[in-house]
This record gives sequence, structure tokens and C-alpha cells, in this order.
Amino acid sequence: MSRTLRLAGGFIVIAALFAAVAWLSDRPVYRQLPEGSAVMMLTFVHGADRRGECRKLSPEEIAKLPPNMRRVQDCPRGRRPIYVELDVDGRNLYRASLPPTGIAGDGPSRVYQRFVLPARKYDVAVRMRDTARSEGFDHERHEAVEVAPDQLFVIDYRPESGGFIFR
Amino acid sequence: MIGEIRSALRIGFALIEQPFDRLFGPALNPLAQLGALGFFFFWIVAVSGIYLFIFFDTGIERAYQSVEYLTRDQWFHAGVMRSFHRYASDLMVVMVATHLLREFAHDRYRGVRWYSWFTGLPIIWLLYASGITGYWLVWDKLAQYVAVVSSELLDWLPIFGEPIARNFIATGTLTSRFFSLMVFMHIAVPLFLLFIMWVHILRISRPRVNPPRALALMSLAALVAVSIWKPALSQGPADLAVVPSPVGLDWFFLPLYPLTNIWSNGTVWALLGAFSLMIGLMPWLPPLRRAKAAEIDLAHCNGCTRCAEDCPYEAIRMVARTDGMPFPTQAEVNPSLCVSCGICVGACPSSTPFRRTQDLRTGIDLPEFSLKELRERVVEAAGRLDGPGRVLVLACEHGGGAGRLAGTVVMPCVAMAPPSLIDFILSRDLADGVAVAGCAESACYNRLGIKWTEQRFAGERDPYLRARVPRERIALIWASALAASRVEAEIAGFAARLATLSPKRLRSPLPVSASSRPARVRVPAKPGSGP
Repeated sequence: MSRTLRLAGGFIVIAALFAAVAWLSDRPVYRQLPEGSAVMMLTFVHGADRRGECRKLSPEEIAKLPPNMRRVQDCPRGRRPIYVELDVDGRNLYRASLPPTGIAGDGPSRVYQRFVLPARKYDVAVRMRDTARSEGFDHERHEAVEVAPDQLFVIDYRPESGGFIFR
Repeated sequence: MIGEIRSALRIGFALIEQPFDRLFGPALNPLAQLGALGFFFFWIVAVSGIYLFIFFDTGIERAYQSVEYLTRDQWFHAGVMRSFHRYASDLMVVMVATHLLREFAHDRYRGVRWYSWFTGLPIIWLLYASGITGYWLVWDKLAQYVAVVSSELLDWLPIFGEPIARNFIATGTLTSRFFSLMVFMHIAVPLFLLFIMWVHILRISRPRVNPPRALALMSLAALVAVSIWKPALSQGPADLAVVPSPVGLDWFFLPLYPLTNIWSNGTVWALLGAFSLMIGLMPWLPPLRRAKAAEIDLAHCNGCTRCAEDCPYEAIRMVARTDGMPFPTQAEVNPSLCVSCGICVGACPSSTPFRRTQDLRTGIDLPEFSLKELRERVVEAAGRLDGPGRVLVLACEHGGGAGRLAGTVVMPCVAMAPPSLIDFILSRDLADGVAVAGCAESACYNRLGIKWTEQRFAGERDPYLRARVPRERIALIWASALAASRVEAEIAGFAARLATLSPKRLRSPLPVSASSRPARVRVPAKPGSGP
């Protein structure tokens, strides 16, 4: 085989290989959601109350502290877990006690849960308990929502926005 | 089990390599240039990336628009560069994966070769980190998918206080600073990758980091053709209110991402961890039985540096003389780098079988297979040759001639045979011709054995094969272990040619010593094979 023919043949083989690579760089397409579905996401980062009540320090106790560490209250460092529930059309979809983060358990609790649902209208209820109470809930929202196909419907908690927000 | 997988893969590679050898020629066979092509594609990615950065805007709104501008409006240069950037990255993954499989198939990852194998592992991680961070920058639907799944994977690790994935739940949660960070990472990670690529080849002598020019030009031309035929395009702007589905995945960089939809993120991390652990431990599963490293005999070493020059593994270095001989340097072997291939023995000018000392010694020798033993085996094998066209075969233990019995001397690498051994065989009339049967040309087990042998025989590299040695009585046969039948056919053809040649007129001026006199052993003719 002449050198030119070999080079031409080599080029064709290399080009075919590269073409296959180019094709596989975005084909076949991947569908992460079944057609006509949507994602409902429950996610927030929120710190619950401290585990115990803060205690006011007496003047003697404050005086005993190093000058740069003096404070008027002694508060326990750890936070309580957050209890959260999500109901969709009256059926419980998620229920969990979210522990605080951090080595000392003083960080906020966090949740990030995705639920794939058929796109339609839903009756969504979300509840959260972040205090010492053992019954009932501190924050709650109940609303009918319309979820479109492929929509990312997010349930977030933003105290500065008044509690749970749906978007 | 591992051995069986290796054998199956070796057969698979040989089946591809043989037609590739015929089409491209051994010098241009891409399978013999995987590492060099990996470097080549890295540079293409680097240069095209710098070019694209001129047009790229790191703002949250502008990122997608700037990529669209360079893809659509400036398609003839920046668009082509974008395709170069993507496809060369994908090709780098292909090269790395094939290179890894091929080195495994040829058992070139155990023993002293553990270092190159082990340092290949961070290359895989950094290559994927480079590619994945690059996909985020386009900020199209694929970028959104990659960003969300990558963040969810990272959030599984107990590193970040607040989930990173929460950055992608709504448009307002993402800032332009995020893109600046990603650009920084997309530059820093490949730089670190380049550093590890350098570390990867540190222990190799004459690493091939550039493919042959013809192969590089063909690859570049093919990249241009593919970039024009199927330019890399965005998949519509990211919209955090919508789940990107369907999405065109890059199956080279993102094959595991769909698994996060089936398995938990922890399971995917476990899979990655298990893969890395397995790759990391493979050189010792089981460890390679290592022959003793080459040893220097200072009484025969004049510090000529040829062994150090020819060692494919940087296992020999020249150090200051220690024995008071009037030479400035002497060779020193690093046993932790020596694979006992014997190439240094073939390079040593003292390695001449003509030496008439009782105990044949050379400047550098293999303790478990010395030059003296090689000469003895040659003489013994020659004694069994008979009839017209007697061929003595010097075979590499990894090549197609390794399985031969009659008239064959097997050695770790054919470059272990000093050129003077050929002269010795022919001048002492031990055989009518010598066939040197090594590995396939594009798959030399000891990297440089074939190259050095050819250059020594051609008089281009010390030690030369003397001019008086008739070249028509030497056959070089390069074939893999799977091509044993081709080796046999070539040897038979060579023997037939030798039988037609006029008698040799090549005699050593020295009298024949007892150690080099073959004991003639007549091999009985097979029934029916003679008249």
C-alpha cells in the first residue's frame, strides 16, 4: 500500500473514531424525569431553638470570667432537632426529625429532598416544629398548587419572608 | 481471574493492533501512541480554552449569551475552537481509558511500574474534575443538570455547612461570583492535572509526550472535520424553575450521573471509592515476581554511559568512580527501578561473547540470566540445528517467538542480545542465519527494545553490529504472542532463503574456544518429512 493511501485510510479511520466520540458527547439524550412529571423539592436550612433556656449570670459569676469572655447570659450551645412533615393530597410524603449540624450540634438543621410526581394540581401541607414543644407545630403552610410538567416546585423556609414559601 | 481478564484484553487489543499496524504502520499506530495522544489532546484543550476565554463572560446572565455569541456569530473560529475544546477533552478521556486498559492487558503496571500506574489514578480524577467544571460554565440546560447533580453529590460528603445544591433552587440564589469561582477552578484544576501528568512520566526514560507529526496532523485535520460536521452546541439557557429533561449528556465525562437517579449519592461515592481503591491496589494484586536487578561489575565498566542511555526506566545513572580506575564515572543501578529487561547488557561494549575468558563477564549483567548463560544457551540451541538454512532464533519472552522450542533462545527482551552475539553466531558458523523475534512493533513490552535493536543493527546506535556481518542472514520479526503462526511462517521463509545463499565468508580471526564450540546433536527427521 502506498504511503498516501495509508495516510488517507488512517485519516478516515481517525475521523470516524472522532465522529463517534463527537456523537457520544451529547447523544443519546437522557431523560431524568418521566414525561409529564415534575419535581417537588422540600429544602431549607434553619436553626431550631437552643436545647435549654438561657440563664442570666449573677454579677459575681460575670466577674469570675476572664474580661474578654464576660457575658450576661449563659446559653447551652446545642440546638434542638427540627421536626418536619410534608403532606400531599392528605398523604404523608415526608416526615423527619432533622438533627442540628456541626460537631457540637450547634449548627442549623438542613433538608434537601426531591420527590418526582405527575404534573397536576396538589393540595400541599408542610409543617415544622423548631421549639421545645412536643405537640403541634410552630410553622405551617397549606395550599393548593398547580405543578406543570418538568417544573421544579420548591418548598423553602425563609423566616425573613414570613415562613414557608412555595415557588 | 485477573490473569484471565488480562489475557482476554490482550487478545482484544492484538486483534485491533494488527490491522492498525498494517494501515498506519507501526510508527503511526494510534494504539502505540496513547500517552502521547493524551498529552496532545491536553494541549489542544489548553490552547482552545485560552482562546475561548477571550470571548467568555463570567456574569450569570452573560455566560450563556457569550458562549452563544462565539458559537453562532463567530462559528468559523471561536465556534470551531469550542468544538475542539469539547471533543479534545472527550478524546483525552478515551485515550486515558484505553491507555489504562492496554497497560493492564500487557501487564505493565506491576513491579517497578507501580509508580506510573498509581500516579495515573489522580490523573483520572483531575481529568474528570476539569471536564465537569467546564460544563458548568456554559450555563445551559446541561450545565444546570451537571451543577445540580454535582452539588448533590458533594453535599453528601460532610464538608459543607449549607448544601451547595440550594444555590440552584431558584434564579435569585445564584450570583455571578459563582461563575468567577468556576472559571478559577476550571483553570486551576487542569494546571494541577498537567503537574500530575508530569509526575506520571517521571520514572520513564524518553517518555513520548508528542505523537509523530503525521499522526498529530491527521488528528488535527480530523478534529477540524468533525468540528465543522457536528459543532459543539449549547442546549438552551438554564432555567432553575424547570428541571432540565431531557438533556444531551456527554457520556465520556458524565456516565455516572444518571446513576444518582437510581442509586443514592452515597452508593455512587462508594462505587467511585471502590474503583479508586481497586486501581490503586492493582499493582499488588498479586505482586509481580521480580527478577533480581542488573548488577555492575566495575572491573569491566569504563563508564561509557551506554547502559544509562539505553535503559527505558531511568534505573541506571552515572556516578563518580569509586574504584580508582582512570575513568571519571561508573554506572549505578537503582534496584527499585530496574525491571531486569537486560537492555543494558546488550548496550554494554564489554558484552561480547567473543571474549575468551573462562568466566565470561561484562560491565553490567543480569544475576538470574547472565551473558555467559546467554552464550551457553545460544551454543546449545545451535547444536540442535541441522540441515540447510539453519536459523537460530533470539526471541523476546513477550513476543510471538517465545513459545518456540527448537533452535530458540528466549530472553527478557531481544535488545538484551548484544550485536556482537549475532556476529558470534554467524562467524562461528553456529547457524546460517539469525532471526530476532521480538514483540509487536507497536507494543514493545520494554518500551525501547525494538527501537534500540533496529538502531544497533543499522549502525545508528552504539554498540553497532559490525559491517562484516551479512545483513541478508539476519531477520527481524516483530509480532505479538498471538501471532506465533506468522512468526513460524516468517522463520520458515527466512530458512528457505538462507538455503539458497552461497556459503558464508565470515570467519573470526580467533581460534574457536571450547565454550563456543557447538555440540552437534542431530535431530531425527520426522517420519515422512524427508525423501
